Amino acid sequence: MSTDAILSFEEAMEKYDPVLGFEVHVELNTKTKMFSSAPNVFGDEPNTNVNEVDLGMPGVLPVVNKTAVESSIKIGLALNCKIAEYCRFARKNYFYPDTPKNFQTSQYDEPIAYDGYLDIELSDGTVFRVEIERAHMEEDAGKLTHMGGATGRIQGADYSLVDYNRSGVPLVEIVTKPIEGAGSRAPELAKAYVAAVREIVKNLGVSDAKMERGNVRCDANVSLRPHGRERFGIRSETKNVNSLRAVEHAVRYEIQRHAAVLDSGEPVIQETRHWHEDTRTTTSGRAKSDADDYRYFPEPDLVPVLASREWVEELRATLPEPPAARRKRLQADWGYSDLEFRDVVNAGVMDSIEETIAAGASASVARKWWMGEIVGRAKTADVDPSELGVTPETIVELNKLVEGGKINNKMAAQVLDGVLAGEGTPAEIVEKRGLAVVSDDGPLLEAIDAALAAQPDVAEKIRGGKLQAIGAIVGGVMKATRGQADAGRVRELILERLGVEG
Amino acid sequence: MAAINRDDVAHLARLAHIEMSAEELDRMAGELAVIVDSVKSVSEAAGDDVPATSHPIPLSNVFREDVVGHTFTAEQALSGAPDSFEGRFKVPAILDED
Repeated sequence: MSTDAILSFEEAMEKYDPVLGFEVHVELNTKTKMFSSAPNVFGDEPNTNVNEVDLGMPGVLPVVNKTAVESSIKIGLALNCKIAEYCRFARKNYFYPDTPKNFQTSQYDEPIAYDGYLDIELSDGTVFRVEIERAHMEEDAGKLTHMGGATGRIQGADYSLVDYNRSGVPLVEIVTKPIEGAGSRAPELAKAYVAAVREIVKNLGVSDAKMERGNVRCDANVSLRPHGRERFGIRSETKNVNSLRAVEHAVRYEIQRHAAVLDSGEPVIQETRHWHEDTRTTTSGRAKSDADDYRYFPEPDLVPVLASREWVEELRATLPEPPAARRKRLQADWGYSDLEFRDVVNAGVMDSIEETIAAGASASVARKWWMGEIVGRAKTADVDPSELGVTPETIVELNKLVEGGKINNKMAAQVLDGVLAGEGTPAEIVEKRGLAVVSDDGPLLEAIDAALAAQPDVAEKIRGGKLQAIGAIVGGVMKATRGQADAGRVRELILERLGVEG
Repeated sequence: MAAINRDDVAHLARLAHIEMSAEELDRMAGELAVIVDSVKSVSEAAGDDVPATSHPIPLSNVFREDVVGHTFTAEQALSGAPDSFEGRFKVPAILDED
């Protein structure tokens, strides 16, 4: 396999202006398929979630899944699209074993949603508007596994095995208009756009949105033109770029490759490219040809979909707050800095913090727990923090125990371990493990007197007003009480003992 | 006569995976032209007040609730397959080595 020449990204940017376009396929999480009542479930035994419709048997009739249509309308609305009052399905004809019918039921010139936009916020806060051309309904194809051959890829395979469980799973394909003006931000914008679409469909609850399972798949179109030229260059379409990182890398790579082709004086070939995660490069797929003459025609077995304005407005009323707006609101409500908030989002604990605050904790307490003890334990256990089993109520109770002086922070961490081990509520664990801080001043004063006697020079410094020296005495007391004293109270008592104003 | 030439027919035959001889292509080019003309006369009969339709019955929104129904077992699904392997349909590789 020959390696394509590439230019450095910086040089490519100096010479050319990139234009992008994306087709993002979103698998809906309906219980059943788009046109059949077979279950839409990932990961089952091959060819067990199929019936006669999915296998394209002669004489069968598809019936449209109402929930899938509603999910599609919701996606359209969330992408600020117009919803077609009237639309139809169409047959896209091609021969390939991923569809047993020899056509894919899709939509052609009458998509259910069109003319929308999405405002994408880049890392430095710049907002870039991506125009949405259309979002249409269709069905997923079966899964092919290529066997034999040198590379495990389709090239050189001896034969292929087909599982039709995915065949007929409802898909919404979201197509952008050409995206101009991104310049050197193009790779970042590509990643941010796909991330935003994924977040929106997840927030709507219409897709599981797991890219690693192929719930959200991206085809990235890239072309270059010299600066100042209006006409678009010839584009390549990189298929199935299936992680956010890969989207960014693939766009960057294609920009560099196109630039090298154009620099050599050759025209770019309009073709499909395959992304390879291992080498972070693309290779040539098939050139656009006769095979793309799909001979679309209206699906005769399905009647038109009429989306009355009442129905659309009913669905609009069910839409959740958009993710970007929600984040802005929460950050303002909680008073977190940009950095603190970004860390919270990246750690995946924003929802948990929101629930914890709703349960009665302050914003700073909720953040302290989720970003501290809980994130650490989740990392060790290799699970999402929200899946660790810590409830908002546990945190509120732990915090009450700490603030009430019953336990200190170190003990609170032990109590949390107890809760996670299923030993009971925080209060029960404090009792069972005998973790309460020593609150009777008698034993504390004894320990303080001993510590002061042991370090008379330090005691003298404190008397002289050097309050920072108090740590040594507090430490001695904590050691003597095996950490079961309330450090704050110890400090108070030491000052009292020495007759110094704190 | 509508313009359906031999190349158009050959192109369609290739897309439809139908093998046709030279004589068949010639004959079909003529026959298809007649069919296209016939369809055209239907279009002429419909006035501007008649919207295009893909369905003879004025139905819309025929939907199914999202409730799981019947499925096949893998054995049933594969019972008509020319070849299978480990619960999956076995098909020839489509692309040759580049």
